[in-house]
Amino acid sequence: MSPRDPDARVEEFESYYGRQILKTPTWKSPDVPLYFFLGGLAGASAVLAEGAALTGRPGLERVARVAAAGGAAAGTAALVHDLGRPERFLNMLRVVKPTSPLSVGSFILTPFSACAAVAAASRVTGRFRRIGRLGGVGAAALGPPLATYTAGLIAGTAIPAWHEARRELPFVFGGSGAAAAGGLGMLCAPYDETGPALRLAVAGAVLETVATEVVTRRLGIHSEPYRTGRAGRLMKAQRRLTDAGLVLSALGVKSRLARRLAGAAFVADSLVTRFGVFEAGKESARDPKYVVVPQRERLARRTAEQSPAGV
Amino acid sequence: MGRLWGRLDDPTSDAGYDQHPPRMGFFTDTSVCIGCKACEVACKEWNEIPDDGYVLTGMSYDNTQELGADTWRHVAFVEKPVDVSVSSPVDLGMPGSGPPGTGGDPASDESGSDGVRWLMSSDVCKHCTHAACLDVCPTGSLFRTEYGTVVVQTDICNGCGYCVPACPYGVIDLREDDGRAFKCTLCYDRLKEGQTPACAQACPTESIQFGELDELRERADRRLEELHGKGVDAARLYGRDPEDGVGGDGAFFLLLDEPEVYGLPPDPVVTTRDIGSIWRSVGAAAATVAALGIAACAGRGRR
Ligand code: SF4
Repeated sequence: MSPRDPDARVEEFESYYGRQILKTPTWKSPDVPLYFFLGGLAGASAVLAEGAALTGRPGLERVARVAAAGGAAAGTAALVHDLGRPERFLNMLRVVKPTSPLSVGSFILTPFSACAAVAAASRVTGRFRRIGRLGGVGAAALGPPLATYTAGLIAGTAIPAWHEARRELPFVFGGSGAAAAGGLGMLCAPYDETGPALRLAVAGAVLETVATEVVTRRLGIHSEPYRTGRAGRLMKAQRRLTDAGLVLSALGVKSRLARRLAGAAFVADSLVTRFGVFEAGKESARDPKYVVVPQRERLARRTAEQSPAGV
Repeated sequence: MGRLWGRLDDPTSDAGYDQHPPRMGFFTDTSVCIGCKACEVACKEWNEIPDDGYVLTGMSYDNTQELGADTWRHVAFVEKPVDVSVSSPVDLGMPGSGPPGTGGDPASDESGSDGVRWLMSSDVCKHCTHAACLDVCPTGSLFRTEYGTVVVQTDICNGCGYCVPACPYGVIDLREDDGRAFKCTLCYDRLKEGQTPACAQACPTESIQFGELDELRERADRRLEELHGKGVDAARLYGRDPEDGVGGDGAFFLLLDEPEVYGLPPDPVVTTRDIGSIWRSVGAAAATVAALGIAACAGRGRR
């Protein structure tokens, strides 16, 4: 009955003139998907930076510290820009609500940004070393949740493609963040210090791919928005970029250029992933099918459970 | 923070009020709605909601289309072709769509003689027992009032837009040129003065009934029984059940068809029911990222 895709598999359902039931998220693009990307990049970079510092890789540390601080700052700017009332951004810190991933996330992002900024400033200027390291440790602790909470943020909505992927999306985002952080390190750090970046990027890309595979194939009707339309194209591109990154990484064991290119591919892959996931959610809000069909099935199951003889 | 899901008989106390008036709500009995839109107009006037454009949809008499930041009551018009021979013989007082004189004939089908069945329903914010919009609001702008209703404090809202995709009914939205979120307040200001909300006051057929929720539920049960007794088997209550996915609605309905026919979700669930599993997954993924980072640096492989 949906007028949007007349030749889709016939899933009989009724609707109000084919109109959507849910509201399409008002979050702007590129602001919000960009913020998801930058948060992932910054969060995983903070971990990489601390690891590089501990293992004596100053060049890599420097790149990762700047990525953590810069990513957080740019991400915050994107987030604030998305607000309907940007001047009221600080109202985010009025209350702490564990039921709101955006509330919890604000309390991750704010201290993370401060810590990462201190660490990067100290690393770049070479001053206040102790405070800088302290900041680095703080950022490394807050980094992983910063990279993954944004998946919880979108999963904590009524949007079917997001909510029904709530178990997998944090792994998609976490893996994607690691791929971006590693990728940037591979791209920008002194070649001799890119080993950890490469390992992080490859591991992240593999995690991202496995989790994405589940989201795009195993969630029944909820996988559909990830495979069709704009989101489908983005997810396909994402997959190609990951593959390119992995192949180039293998070549990059010997070739400098291949390693740099692999890094760039991972960063791009991570960026595209967030846009793909974002678009899939919007699509699943626009088509009433994604609300009505699964909810009908759920009701039917419940009825069958309650009166096995009936129906 | 209170209970997140399941039966909850007093969401107002759960939200932290010691003493409070009874929970107030709406019972919208769509079987007597005549589609006059008095509720839409009264709501707009009282709440000084801005104009949202003059659009003719061409799909039906419904040019309002949906609830949103600038529409807090929305009258849905469903025109459904029906098989006249099997349609309900009961006259529900629906207006006909044929020329004057034929429509009101109780011997014809319920809505005239042209094999079209008319359904009208005035939709509104459900003032959920477990309100997703409120749960996810990061500023505390959305809050539960002493009447058990859910209201936006516009002086706090920063327009983050989280409530918009969180609402399982697609009710709340951002006002574009303003940036903040708006929705039905169940006329919080009028309630404080002991008055009836504007829509219920304006409704000429008492399709929109306002009152204490417990009392409305009893009234709805009686009305349902009455309609079933008359053979209107399609009548059903929507949002009445305190055991449903949102713990029951403060504004619930009597419908004459499946909810989705009116643009309502058939089995809405508050998203925060799953917040525990969401946090677990976020935590596990974060731990994985940390582990990958440590392993990547610890590994001493070449370069
Ligand atoms: S219907 Fe939507 S906007 Fe209204 S209280 Fe429930 S979740 Fe909030």
